[in-house]
Amino acid sequence: MHIVVCIKQVPDSAQIRVHPVTNTIMRQGVPTIINPYDLFAVEEALRLRDVHGGEVTVLTMGPASAEDSLRRVLTFGADRAVLLTDRFFAGSDTLATTFALATAIRKIGETFGAPDIVFTGKQTIDGDTAQVGPGIAKRLDFRQLTYVSKLVSADPDAKEIVVERRSEAGVQVLKSKLPVLVTMLEGTNEMRRGTLEEAIAATRAEIVTWSAADAGVEDMQKCGLRGSPTIVKKVFAPSARSEKAAFVEAEDQTPAEALVEAIFERQPALQEDLAALAGGY
Amino acid sequence: MAEAPKAPSKQPPAGGRAASKKELPEHFKSYKHVWVFVEQERGQAHPVSWELLGEGRKLADKLKVDLAAVVLGPEGEATQHVIGEAFNYGADLAYLVADPLLEDYRNEPYTKALTDLVNTYQPEILLLGATTLGRDLAGSVATTLLTGLTADSTELDVDEDGSLAATRPTFGGSLLCTIYTLNYRPQMATVRPRVMAMPERVERPVGKVITHPLGLVEDDIVTKVLDFLPARDSSKSNLAYADVVVAGGLGLGSPENFQLIRQLATTLGAEYGCSRPLVQKGWVPSDRQIGQTGKTIRPKLYIAAGISGAIQHRVGVEGSDLIVAINTDKNAPIFDFAHVGLVTDAISLLPALTEAFRKRLSPHNRDKLASRRAR
Repeated sequence: MHIVVCIKQVPDSAQIRVHPVTNTIMRQGVPTIINPYDLFAVEEALRLRDVHGGEVTVLTMGPASAEDSLRRVLTFGADRAVLLTDRFFAGSDTLATTFALATAIRKIGETFGAPDIVFTGKQTIDGDTAQVGPGIAKRLDFRQLTYVSKLVSADPDAKEIVVERRSEAGVQVLKSKLPVLVTMLEGTNEMRRGTLEEAIAATRAEIVTWSAADAGVEDMQKCGLRGSPTIVKKVFAPSARSEKAAFVEAEDQTPAEALVEAIFERQPALQEDLAALAGGY
Repeated sequence: MAEAPKAPSKQPPAGGRAASKKELPEHFKSYKHVWVFVEQERGQAHPVSWELLGEGRKLADKLKVDLAAVVLGPEGEATQHVIGEAFNYGADLAYLVADPLLEDYRNEPYTKALTDLVNTYQPEILLLGATTLGRDLAGSVATTLLTGLTADSTELDVDEDGSLAATRPTFGGSLLCTIYTLNYRPQMATVRPRVMAMPERVERPVGKVITHPLGLVEDDIVTKVLDFLPARDSSKSNLAYADVVVAGGLGLGSPENFQLIRQLATTLGAEYGCSRPLVQKGWVPSDRQIGQTGKTIRPKLYIAAGISGAIQHRVGVEGSDLIVAINTDKNAPIFDFAHVGLVTDAISLLPALTEAFRKRLSPHNRDKLASRRAR
């Protein structure tokens, strides 16, 4: 079985600061991490390989420094890492991103064997769109199984896969055919630590590094900003409300009582709503 | 879409932002009207569809075009009922693909149905809910049509030249950005449940319904639904649609202290939630997360304890009628958008607040309240 996992190196969003004057992101010194959702995809891929044999190839698109994240996935036991890096990819929106990744996955197929499953996390923590997985599937003409909460079975011989997929009203049990693209929900498995041998091998492993041309991109107009139908016209910090919060000061009451008083003073109708909700007396 | 929107300071590669001017190709100029995809699962329409019709109405009125509801589903009463509701929530007309193969949501037939409708009837704007169904479908449809998609928009507007301006948080929710799809059609956007207000429902007659064939047989569809396991009611939180919500953040200091939030919620008959860091730390399950990456809420009363109020949280709660913030830092950003604030330590205040509410809402005081109202 050949499994490709797409990951993204993202800024640790808990550490992002906005410049108070220019309203731009202060990227300097912000540590990067592997998009946390992708780790569930990595683990699921490794588990499948351990059961069925085969290889796991991990793929990312990003700056040269994204090599760090690839190397980390190698320490978990992935067999190969591919870094897609080129200034032509800069400024890609989701449509241009899916073009680049799908092109690279095709090239991976030609070079290392056709993938049976492509995994991604359900979304990234910096873009939060959840659109790249479905876009890759469409471009590769793979079926897609998104928001997968459980991989029930995969049969490489019969080319069949059964998963549980979370929907708004419950869980769908779906059967589909390989090759397929799967996006994994969080909390579906626990990431392994990897062995010492794997860690040592990872530090020495050669990362396959491809430019757009290496990956087989023929039309650079489909990459990066030029291949992106969407345009970011402005980036801004939200304005504060015209009035700040009214601060509650306790005088002859406790702060808690004063707060309750302030709430009902502001919205008298709430008292009735709350009495009804709290109900049960 | 703009998935990791580019930093504005970064220089674009040679050739530049070629498409930053509006030069709509001739073949897109016939694209007119605003469409809302009405999501239904097992005969139940998702309320986000009505919220989108409310928002779509404003866009259509500004553009002086029609607002259409798009309904995909099996033939029968349930689907007809959904169409009727779409008119009650403001649609001028509806497009319908009715076929037994659309009974359950599956990506392949739904993508085909919606893509065919777009190519045939050519809307300029297409809105979908950012649910598991809407996000699964929107990505496939936008990629098939090779058009732009702005995911999880928090604000929609049309500018002077009639382009859709979709605003969404970016950089993990630390800033907002406004995204355009100038030269492709339709302009697509998804919006999370509860981000837009629910419009008024007005009983109206069913208007024009344009039907379109699916053009697939079951054998054409690779993915099969083996089973459907409805969510158990007890495990389903009603956070997004609750009237009162109490939430805690890092200011609680430890996972044990989160029970103070649950106790206050129980006393108020409220739902409880938390900010993103508590989910990342594993203190609280992810379905309780409030904010851009969690649930968006619009309760009558929202109490935030020990939450600093990052933009990613703010956009998830701004629609609340009354926001009450408790935080030790009087400069915390949450006080910029809360209505009522109390500068104190949430850990010590919460038990007292629970008690104060309990007293205030006790039957004795409620009787007093009732008699006061009777007078």
